[in-house]
Amino acid sequence: MADYRQMWTDLEMDLEKHDLLCEALPDAFGGIYLSQENRPQGMDFFDFVVAEIHGVRPAELIEHQQKGGKVFGTFCVYVPDEVIFAAGAISTGLCGGSQFWVPGGEKVLPTNTCPLIKASVGARLDKTCPFFRIADMYVGETTCDGKKKAWEILASDVPMHIIDIPQMKRAKDIDGFAEEIKEFIKVVEDFTGNKVTAQVLGESIKLINNKRKALQRLYATRKAALVPISGKDALLVTQIAFYDDPTRNAQMVNKLCDELEERIARKDGVFPENAKRILITGTPMAIPNWKLHHIVETAGAVVVVEELCTGTRYFENLVDESATTLDAQVRALAERYMKTNCACFTPNPGRIDDIIRLVRDYKADGVIDYNLQFCGLYSTESYLIKQALDAQGIPLLHIETDYSEQDFEQLRTRVEAFLEMLGK
Amino acid sequence: MIVAGVDVGSISTKVAVLTPEKITYKMAPTGWSPRETGLATYQGLLQELGHSEDDVDFVVGTGYGRISLPFVSKAITEITCHARGAAHLVNDSTMVIDIGGQDSKIIKIDQKGKVLDFVMNDKCAAGTGRFLQMIAAALGLDVAELSELSRGKTPLTLNSMCAVFAESEVIGLLAAGRDKGEIVAGLHQSIARRIASMAQRMGKAARITFTGGVARNEGLCSCLREVLGAEIIVPAECQLAGALGAALLARDYLS
Repeated sequence: MADYRQMWTDLEMDLEKHDLLCEALPDAFGGIYLSQENRPQGMDFFDFVVAEIHGVRPAELIEHQQKGGKVFGTFCVYVPDEVIFAAGAISTGLCGGSQFWVPGGEKVLPTNTCPLIKASVGARLDKTCPFFRIADMYVGETTCDGKKKAWEILASDVPMHIIDIPQMKRAKDIDGFAEEIKEFIKVVEDFTGNKVTAQVLGESIKLINNKRKALQRLYATRKAALVPISGKDALLVTQIAFYDDPTRNAQMVNKLCDELEERIARKDGVFPENAKRILITGTPMAIPNWKLHHIVETAGAVVVVEELCTGTRYFENLVDESATTLDAQVRALAERYMKTNCACFTPNPGRIDDIIRLVRDYKADGVIDYNLQFCGLYSTESYLIKQALDAQGIPLLHIETDYSEQDFEQLRTRVEAFLEMLGK
Repeated sequence: MIVAGVDVGSISTKVAVLTPEKITYKMAPTGWSPRETGLATYQGLLQELGHSEDDVDFVVGTGYGRISLPFVSKAITEITCHARGAAHLVNDSTMVIDIGGQDSKIIKIDQKGKVLDFVMNDKCAAGTGRFLQMIAAALGLDVAELSELSRGKTPLTLNSMCAVFAESEVIGLLAAGRDKGEIVAGLHQSIARRIASMAQRMGKAARITFTGGVARNEGLCSCLREVLGAEIIVPAECQLAGALGAALLARDYLS
């Protein structure tokens, strides 16, 4: 990483502790990513972003602030980024994918909290994540009990707005979410001093849709019999989309897709055609959580699609661009976001339909249901997924894990046994 | 054709050698070096049979130590190997329960021993051989004595399934003057319930093959029989199912 020490000092980060993280990342990334063979050249950009993850993008965000712009830190795919960008502000993902931050979170949270929340709170309280230090406002949501209480802890020194996500998907819930978006527009307008008009919101909807379309195009290449990109690389691209500038992100993803489509045309895959194709469903995988993909792909199978928040849930549905009034745009946003199927909803049959559809579209040989420990919503829904997939004759492996490395070999055994089961 | 299976488990290492005439086995404690024990046990058995390593056409390694064995032709997970071995030992069984030293697994199989589905316990010693060893030690007993001691005793309820907490609970019960046999009976019941809840996720099975070192514990077997309401069959070679399965898979691989 280039020298960003002055910037980190200005952000009042804990440099000593942060250095430990900076030292560990290149080895982890090198071992997991750079060791892959025949990687697409278009991954160079994403490798660069990861190598400079706490430097290059934070520097851009600070530059934006110096020009008077605001930065909103978000945690969830239900936060409508369109509103934030429409007000001339920037939305960015925050840290939460590494065991490094977990002990910091455990200082204040119960041990039986999911690692994603523990790591987020730890990254904030230990001052080892520049994105948390930079954000002028955090935008939380009500997608689980752990997060709801964590917001109260995180809100102590940065303004926090919480969007109330419905728990059901009845017509009145979608109406209610539209009201939440209106309220969010007001909050963002007051905080930035910029008006969200139908004109700017319309442009913003197109901006975010374009990013989604690029990711859709990327995922479509993974349907090829000879997969042109590893699951690990595709996951990385999706993870980075939460942080990067949306215009540049769409450009870089599309550029990568040009190359991948050429690879498909000349039948140049990164895995042999007989490699088992795996769909991963479950809880989000925040950077640098690449554990399961690494286990699957070093066992000779290929991850072809993720039904995750860091996967199809993030970009599958587009916002209708035809609306011209603010009310109609808000409605279109509410409808789009309520199409996303998270286990926080009851009932949630859409997610099972999504998994089965994706298994067919991507010709997956098996599904791995990935659960972060202590996520009650997803681990409970696992039972229903198992029943539904059994009925369809789709092989399923359920895995519960955290960010630590201690169960790596046990997981490897299970994944290998699952692949052996698929193989005969 | 001579083939072999080497199952390096966390507590013991098992080797099976298949010649056209017979199947022979050898067992040894794994100790601190899975690699050396695996090799020594394998070579030891070959020597007893009057063969050398060169005579063996294919070797499959399995168990947690499978990755550290340089002499194997192929490594296959213990789940696949146990299924294959158990189906060879017991006919018409549709489920295998294997309780090993550091994990327990429930495997749904077809007639040929092919894995249809499986579950393993999660990151936890509860319901494993190690758990029984720890509790036996807390009671000042050897694992082999547990079954006899619990015979005919009314099980005490044990609440802790965590190996560490269960140990303190057992010490508490001893301090309260409770009967060791009743404590052990309670221990068997709690393990059987835990295994049963995993097994029930796999659906119903009428005839279950129980393997792994823990299957030698008759007290636990009868608890499982009761909790699952199924026929529980413990083959004489219950600790050797993994090694046998590995050897059979080696033979399959060649033919």
